[in-house]
Amino acid sequence: MSALGILSNANLNGGQKLAVKYFSVAVALFGAQVLFGLLAGIQYLNPDFLFGILDFSVNRMLHINAMVVWLLFGFIGSVYWLLEDESGVPVVGLWLGNLIFWIFTLAVVVVVLVYLLIQVGPGELKSIWLINEGREYIEAPRWADIGIVVCVLAFFYNVAATFAKGRFTGVGGVLVLDLIALAGLYLAGMWYTPNISMDQHWWWWVIHLWVEATWEVLVGCLMAYGLIKTMGVRRKIVETWLYIEVALMFGSGILGLGHHYFWIGTPEYWFTIGGFFSALEPIPLVAMVVHAVFDAGHHKLKSTNNPALAWIIAQAFGNFFGAGVWGFMHTLPQINLYTHGTQWTASHGHLAFFGAYATMVIAFLYIAIQRWRGGVYMSGNLVGAWKWKWAIFLLHLGMITMVMGLLIAGYEQSQIERAIGGSDWVAYFTAQAHRWFVQGMFWRQVGGWLFAAGFVLLAWDLMTIGKRETRPALQHPAAETGA
Amino acid sequence: MAQELWWASPSFWRKTAIWVTGFSFVVLIFLTFDTVKQITAGSPRVPAYSVINQRIDYVFDEKRNFQVPVVGPEEPLFGQKLSEAEAATLVNHGKLTTQAKNCMNCHTLLGNGSYYAPDLTKSWLDPSWGSKEVREQSMVEFLMDPTDKLHNAVGRRMPNLGITEAEARATVAFLKWMASIDTNGFPANFKPIDQADAPEPATAEPVADAAPVQQ
Repeated sequence: MSALGILSNANLNGGQKLAVKYFSVAVALFGAQVLFGLLAGIQYLNPDFLFGILDFSVNRMLHINAMVVWLLFGFIGSVYWLLEDESGVPVVGLWLGNLIFWIFTLAVVVVVLVYLLIQVGPGELKSIWLINEGREYIEAPRWADIGIVVCVLAFFYNVAATFAKGRFTGVGGVLVLDLIALAGLYLAGMWYTPNISMDQHWWWWVIHLWVEATWEVLVGCLMAYGLIKTMGVRRKIVETWLYIEVALMFGSGILGLGHHYFWIGTPEYWFTIGGFFSALEPIPLVAMVVHAVFDAGHHKLKSTNNPALAWIIAQAFGNFFGAGVWGFMHTLPQINLYTHGTQWTASHGHLAFFGAYATMVIAFLYIAIQRWRGGVYMSGNLVGAWKWKWAIFLLHLGMITMVMGLLIAGYEQSQIERAIGGSDWVAYFTAQAHRWFVQGMFWRQVGGWLFAAGFVLLAWDLMTIGKRETRPALQHPAAETGA
Repeated sequence: MAQELWWASPSFWRKTAIWVTGFSFVVLIFLTFDTVKQITAGSPRVPAYSVINQRIDYVFDEKRNFQVPVVGPEEPLFGQKLSEAEAATLVNHGKLTTQAKNCMNCHTLLGNGSYYAPDLTKSWLDPSWGSKEVREQSMVEFLMDPTDKLHNAVGRRMPNLGITEAEARATVAFLKWMASIDTNGFPANFKPIDQADAPEPATAEPVADAAPVQQ
């Protein structure tokens, strides 16, 4: 082990060395997400900006695709991070994991270049195979889809074989089963049909059952590990909570899929099933808040890694408000008829993806950087602590400003365009020109700049935190960290 | 230590998680079989592609208490009646075009996509196309080169995506077919273009001039 505060791979186990590679690409893609979000946001205020060069559709696609991929890279990195700790043995087939990392990263670069330079193709199947699938969130061309499946299978092999060889903890068991579902569901989005209803029906299997089910369980696993690591919470307690969360999450989320089946041609019984089960979806998120806050309080906020703990708490609340409250607000069909496809959805999407997922990956980035610097001190009175505190503050301030701006625009749109105007072309632009909408979009952009400032500070902090520390990390009482 | 409470034990919650997940998944599978059957093209909810040979309207249904698509008399697209296979080929080409041109990253289809441009679910029926006589041609011309057409007063324009005439006609076919899907009343309160048989007076204008202007 090298000296405290010095960044060295000698401080990491095999899985963790691979994890920091994934984390590095994740942070770069997070930056890309912020950049293309800013460009798309500017286009709402000034539609001539980059018109014909980087149109809104390209910026928006890059904005959401960068998000999906940086979160996936963050999740994969986080799992490699905890894998040897949890299983007690070195990662099985690590060379494959390393190879796949480079292939995956190279594929992402190629896809981004094609998005930027070629953008659209002729209306033929070959465009879908080579350029752009044109389906929100899973725009990646088919060749990349197949690549993603291969990468995820290799990742799954690493995880499952390592746990099988070593210790199968509760966290490990949930993780392995969840990864099977996560990889399997992606297949539902990998085929073409001219029937838009059928297309949307299966598309939601990927989008909903990832974002509102399997990703949630995955962050549940990460939170369990994070709480054990940062506060030394007893494993039995976090694992019991994890099982409760899984029961509630899948119990509400699987049939909650129905709240996307109100208006796409699917039968009317989804009104009842989708409305009822999706209304229950916030319950597991309440459980996660209770769990995290209770544990933090129980340990009197004494943690070995204050920035990570702060982001874990931010995750608990962000998940509850972003996914839970903001989702519940427009989940019942009686209101969704008017809010569906408006900025209301964008408001929910921003807060939910940030609150539920970005926060958890950031917590892991801080857990990783601490070990990477040789287990450096990261508790109270940390040298240069202003940076992580201002970063978390600015990122939240920016996000909340964006979310409120979009929400007000969405309120206005659902009234003027949907309820009164009847959603035709005139009604749409009447709503877009309304001053409440324009003001909402202006404040969204202000929020975007604040968020971007927070991102820059976060990236700077991740590169420097602990560098000038000479104290070792605090230790938990040994009894609490055991199995 | 006191005896462990059954409701606080990991094994109880592990079993609960497995049973709840399994049960929910089985229910979802059953519902999926039924739903897929009901949304297969050619079913009452999602008509066969040859529906583009007929007039499609969107009318309030007293019994269901929302607007539903109504398939009317014969009104072939571009004046040419197509067989089921020909219609399917045309709609398929249109769907491929909407994907290859990345329509969903500005527009919404069935309410899903992006929010930078109008929803296309009932765009075939949009009154802004002027009259049903000029609608098809206006749509084709608009798709092929939208940049010089008047869109709105907020300054947002659709870029020129290099859409060929064949792709534009196919896209119009796809949009007409999509308008026939029973979307449970979404969008609500939509006022479709007048498609009555009596020709409209000459005031009806193509979209380029009739597009809304906001202050």
